[in-house]
Amino acid sequence: MDFNFTEEQQLLADTVKRFVREDYPFEKRRQIVASPDGWSREVWAKLAELGLTALNVPEAHGGLNAGPVDTMLVMNALGEGLVVEPYLGAAVLAPALISRSADEKTAGELFEGLVAGERITIVAHQEPASRGDVQYVETRAEKSGDGYVLDGHKAVVVHGGAADELLVTARTSGQPRDRDGVSVFRVDPKAAGVTINSYKTFDGLRAADIELKGVKVSADRRLGPEGGAFDAIEAAHDIALSALCAEAVGIMKAVNAATLDYTKNRKQFGQPIAKFQVLQHRMVDMFIHSEQALSMSYLAAIKCVDPDPVERRRALSAAKVVIGQAARFVGQQAIQLHGGMGMTDELMVSHHFKRLTAIDLSFGDTDFHLQKFIAVSQTA
Amino acid sequence: MDLNFTAEELAFRDEVRTFLRENLPPDIANKVKNGQPLAAQDYIRWQKILHKRGWGAPSWPKEFGGTGWGPVQQHIYDEEAAAAGAPRTIPFGLKMVAPVIMAFGSKEQQQKFLPRIISGEDWWCQGYSEPGSGSDLASLKTRAERQGDYYIVNGQKTWTTLGQHADWIFCLVRTDPNAPKPQQGISFLLIDMKSPGITVRPIITMDGAHEVNEVWFENVKVPVENRVGEENKGWTYAKFLLGHERTNIAGVGASKRELKRLKEIARNEIKNGKPLIEDPLFAAKIAQVEIELMALEITNLRALSAEAEKRAPGPEASILKIKGTEIQQALTELMMYAVGPYALPFARESTAEDALKHVAGPKYAAPLAATYCNFRKVSIYGGSNEIQRNIISQMILGL
Repeated sequence: MDFNFTEEQQLLADTVKRFVREDYPFEKRRQIVASPDGWSREVWAKLAELGLTALNVPEAHGGLNAGPVDTMLVMNALGEGLVVEPYLGAAVLAPALISRSADEKTAGELFEGLVAGERITIVAHQEPASRGDVQYVETRAEKSGDGYVLDGHKAVVVHGGAADELLVTARTSGQPRDRDGVSVFRVDPKAAGVTINSYKTFDGLRAADIELKGVKVSADRRLGPEGGAFDAIEAAHDIALSALCAEAVGIMKAVNAATLDYTKNRKQFGQPIAKFQVLQHRMVDMFIHSEQALSMSYLAAIKCVDPDPVERRRALSAAKVVIGQAARFVGQQAIQLHGGMGMTDELMVSHHFKRLTAIDLSFGDTDFHLQKFIAVSQTA
Repeated sequence: MDLNFTAEELAFRDEVRTFLRENLPPDIANKVKNGQPLAAQDYIRWQKILHKRGWGAPSWPKEFGGTGWGPVQQHIYDEEAAAAGAPRTIPFGLKMVAPVIMAFGSKEQQQKFLPRIISGEDWWCQGYSEPGSGSDLASLKTRAERQGDYYIVNGQKTWTTLGQHADWIFCLVRTDPNAPKPQQGISFLLIDMKSPGITVRPIITMDGAHEVNEVWFENVKVPVENRVGEENKGWTYAKFLLGHERTNIAGVGASKRELKRLKEIARNEIKNGKPLIEDPLFAAKIAQVEIELMALEITNLRALSAEAEKRAPGPEASILKIKGTEIQQALTELMMYAVGPYALPFARESTAEDALKHVAGPKYAAPLAATYCNFRKVSIYGGSNEIQRNIISQMILGL
């Protein structure tokens, strides 16, 4: 049992923290969010320069082949700074899927652009009816000649509009919740039949609904064996879920610090409002929530690659429940304790609050994971 | 980062498991696993078995006859003992007064008292709370006046847990009523419960049990050599003691055992023609507690590992107290609701601690309401959960 990080891991964490502090001040983020694309290729190039886009890429492809604990530390810091660039999608989820499904040649092509910080690959998996259920895939891939024709609808794909290339999941056989019959295809966002409806999300990010109508892809654009991609998709989402939990933990830490700072300085009735016991106890509860969330983020990072599927599911769903509930409590109370100022767009705390809220709604919300936890525990 | 135990720790766990399997009396384990009250003799019998194995004092250093285990080993022992249904450690001797005697007591006091604690010969109780001083402990009024080689003690202690069995009581008493601050002028005395002038009166709690007492002192003569440390420095020792009270405060092992029992009950109970555990609302309540317990387990391990590395765990223990007791209360509540109306039948003789009778309904239902009532205490004792929040607020948040 050891809760320490290696020297390399601490160095990594320091690097990202320094990047956020020096290169990603809140005013700069505000400008990026307001820009037409809503994210910055320049910032992305900087992340690549720091080696961060290579973090989850295998060594054979010029990457660092780091594990979920390293990713956790990076996400803590990116969360604190509310970095809007597509790190979770393009540098965590996508490489996890690619390294588990693509052949060497395809992986080489995709990883090259990622490591260099030049190309964004986004996984388009979620659908309108899936609501967090990774197993739900309705999009069809019909065999046609030596290729496939894709038809379907991918919903709220975070940074879908930023993609230079999409990895679309589609069913070559079976029903929407079957584990078998799902494949992954490389799709050019500009290909005929692909319609990308890009929009802002309330947390300052961008997402897209992606319509696929008779989209032709050749067989060599398929990753891995036909119909056998689900294990890889699930594994990649498990790793991404752990990273998302870590992002929330980073945000909660920042929110608690901001709230503490605010209540120590804000005076009412002739004294700092932090002197009021009712507020003190509220902040203690916020602190306890964030500590429990941190514990579960550790568990998620360790267990998200556990070979035992029951252990893995239980740990990840439990983590998402604790973190979802903590995120709601900490976020809502932070706004409450900031009073009217918490309502404003000016303060960072409202942006932290919105991202925390969005995180609970992503990758399956608290209720979804509570049910999942029950289902897995009963089959165990 | 690694959440697994090392090979040595796993070997130790196996050793503990084997010992428990071979030595824990089944009649005692059955009572614990079914939520039935234990008799004082059950605790003493188990202590003597542990002592024979050399495990009488898991939290003590070797020089005083303890096991010398580190925090992780102690944690493993606590977990395994709880899972097996061993009686909880009665803390007053082993975990409270003993560390104070070790740190501040005289050689004579150490030689006289410590061996009798570890062997189970002496039962200790705690004389801290008074009718007018609960969370505000320093306001205590029990007086000790020096007369030659004795203190004459007058006053009243209350909430004295299991004081009816006690051979000794450790007491905070006021030796200087004129000290400028209430924390000054307090001394720490060890008092023989057989001393003339001591009266123990039961307080019957709402579960019908005789667990706590009032202890009255009327001109009780206490030899000066029974004072620990210096006169008027008792508050320092009291705070030291409260720090030690917090080991295993999270109670993760016992809560895991109770969670298991809750699930067994919910599998047995039928609602809408199906086992209660399949009822979505009830299943969600169980899952919520189970998940919070998982988080607490990791938080507890984090505190332990900090302690093992001699980084001060200190105020983080307050988190463990708050979350640990919330979970314990949730479990007792869910168990009671799980049996529905059969939680109502109740038969308890307040004078005989082990006389909780089964009168109707499933046998496992009999103690549940009493336990639910009894467990309201856990968020009140040991520094109420509100006091714990004050501690976190001051010591961690700096407010």
